[in-house]
Amino acid sequence: MIRDPSDLKRYNASERANHWVVGICFILLALSGLALFHPALFPLTGLFGGGVWTRILHPFVGVVMMLFFVVMFFRFKHLNQMTQTDWEWVKRAKEMVDGDDHNMPEMGKYNGGQKLLFWFLGAAMLVLFASGIVIWRAYFSAYFPIGVIRTGALLHAAFAALMIIAIIVHVYAAIWVRGTIRAMLYGTVTRAWAKQHHRAWYRQVIGK
Amino acid sequence: MALQSLDIAKRSATTTEPPQARKTIEVAKLIDVSKCIGCKACQVACMQWNDLRDEVGSCGGTYANPTDMTDQSWTVMRYAEVESEERGLEWLIRKDGCMHCEDPGCLKACPSPGAIIKYANGIVDFHQENCIGCGYCVTGCPFNVPRISKKDSKAYKCTLCSDRVAVGLEPACVKVCPTGSISFGSKEDMKELAEERVTELQERGFKNAGLYDPVGVGGTHVMYVLNHADKPSLYSGLPNDPTIAPTVSLWKGFTKPLAMAGIAVAALGGLFHYVMKGPNEVSKEVEAEVEKELEAEK
Repeated sequence: MIRDPSDLKRYNASERANHWVVGICFILLALSGLALFHPALFPLTGLFGGGVWTRILHPFVGVVMMLFFVVMFFRFKHLNQMTQTDWEWVKRAKEMVDGDDHNMPEMGKYNGGQKLLFWFLGAAMLVLFASGIVIWRAYFSAYFPIGVIRTGALLHAAFAALMIIAIIVHVYAAIWVRGTIRAMLYGTVTRAWAKQHHRAWYRQVIGK
Repeated sequence: MALQSLDIAKRSATTTEPPQARKTIEVAKLIDVSKCIGCKACQVACMQWNDLRDEVGSCGGTYANPTDMTDQSWTVMRYAEVESEERGLEWLIRKDGCMHCEDPGCLKACPSPGAIIKYANGIVDFHQENCIGCGYCVTGCPFNVPRISKKDSKAYKCTLCSDRVAVGLEPACVKVCPTGSISFGSKEDMKELAEERVTELQERGFKNAGLYDPVGVGGTHVMYVLNHADKPSLYSGLPNDPTIAPTVSLWKGFTKPLAMAGIAVAALGGLFHYVMKGPNEVSKEVEAEVEKELEAEK
C-alpha cells in the first residue's frame, strides 16, 4: 500500500516481520523473566499460565528470539559500522536530548546511538543465550559445573536487566522522534523526516 | 498456624516479615560419624516413612547404594577410604543429606513464593505444590543437596521429618539408628552432647575431633561430630567452609533492587523527558525545503 508516492522506503516487509517476531519474543521474555527475577513481579507468571508454565515456556521463547535475532543481526550488520561522524554524533547526543539538534552531524541510515545499541544488543543476546543454556535445568544444567551455573544465573539476570533498559530507550527514542514508528509498521518515512534525522541517507536514496 | 512447631521463619521469594510473635526452640539433628557403622538403616527408615522407593542402581565402587542422592533417596551413606601416615587406613562413613542451614542458599535462590520454607524450629522444607521446577535451589545450595525429579520436575530433599517433628516425634532416621549415632533435640542440647563426645574422642587420640556446624551458612540444623574436624573434605567431599556463593548472593541480593531501579528510571525518565522537552518533530523549515525540492522535481 502506497500512502504517498514521495515517501521513502526504509524497511521491506520481511525486515519488518523479522523485527516484530524479535520484538514480541522480547516482550514475552521480559515479562516472564521479570516474574522469576523479583518476588514483587511473580504474579506476572499468571500471564503465562502459572509459575510452572512460565518456567517451561521462557527458554523456548528465548531460542526463537535468538534464531530471529541472528537473522536480523546479519541483515543490518553492514549498516551499523561505527564511523568518525557517528562518534561525533554520540559526543553531541546530549544537546539533542536537550532539544537542540541543529549542531548534530549528518547521519546515514542509522545514527551513532542506534549503532551502539545494535552492537550492545548483539553482545547481550550472545551472553543471554549462552547463560540461558547453562541455567536451562531441564536439558542442559547437568552438563555444567555448579560454579558455571551460578555465574550463568548472575550474568543472565544482569544482562537481561541491561537489555530491558536498552529496549526501553530504543522504544522511547522511536516514540520521541515523531514519524519513526511507521517505519517499522508499514515501512516508509516521509522525506522531511529523512532529511531532518538521517540527512546523508536521505541524499543517498533520492540520488543527490 | 495451628502448630507452633510449624511457625514460619523464612519463606522463599517473600520480601515482607513472617509472623514472629511466638518463639519456639530451634531443633537439630546430630550425626556422630565416629559411632556410625554404615548399616543404612537410616536410609531404609527414610524411604519407609516418606513412602519413597528408589530404583535398583549399580555399584559405584563403594558400599554407597544408591551412589548419589535422588528425588527418591533423600539421604545416602557415603563411604570414603582415607589413608594417612598417622592413622593408616580409615573408613570414613558419612550420612549425607540436607544440612538445614540457618541461612539456606536454596531458599535465597528460589523464585517461587512459598516453595521453600524455613520453620521457626530451623527445619528447611520444600513445598512441592509451589515448586516451579527451575532448579535455582540446586544453584543456591552450598552442599549439592536438592534433586529435581525427572517425573514431575519438582525439587526434593530431606524434610528432617518436619511432619514427625511437628507432632513431637524424632525424625525416622534418628528413631531407627541402631548405634545411637544420630541424635535429635534442641540445637542447644545437641551442641552440649557433641561437646561431651568431642572431648571423649580427643581423649582417645583423635586430637582434631570437633563439631561441624559451619558458620558460613549461619550454622546448620544437621550437625556432624567428626573425628577429623580439621579436614571435613575427607568425608566424601563435605565442604570445608561452606557459604552461599558470592555469585548467588550478588544475583539474589544487590542485582534485584539495582535492576528494578534501573528499569524504573529508564521508563520514568522517558515519560518525563517527553513531558518536559516535548516530542522531536520535523521542523517546519525542513518540511518547506522538502516541499520545494518536490516541486522542482515535477
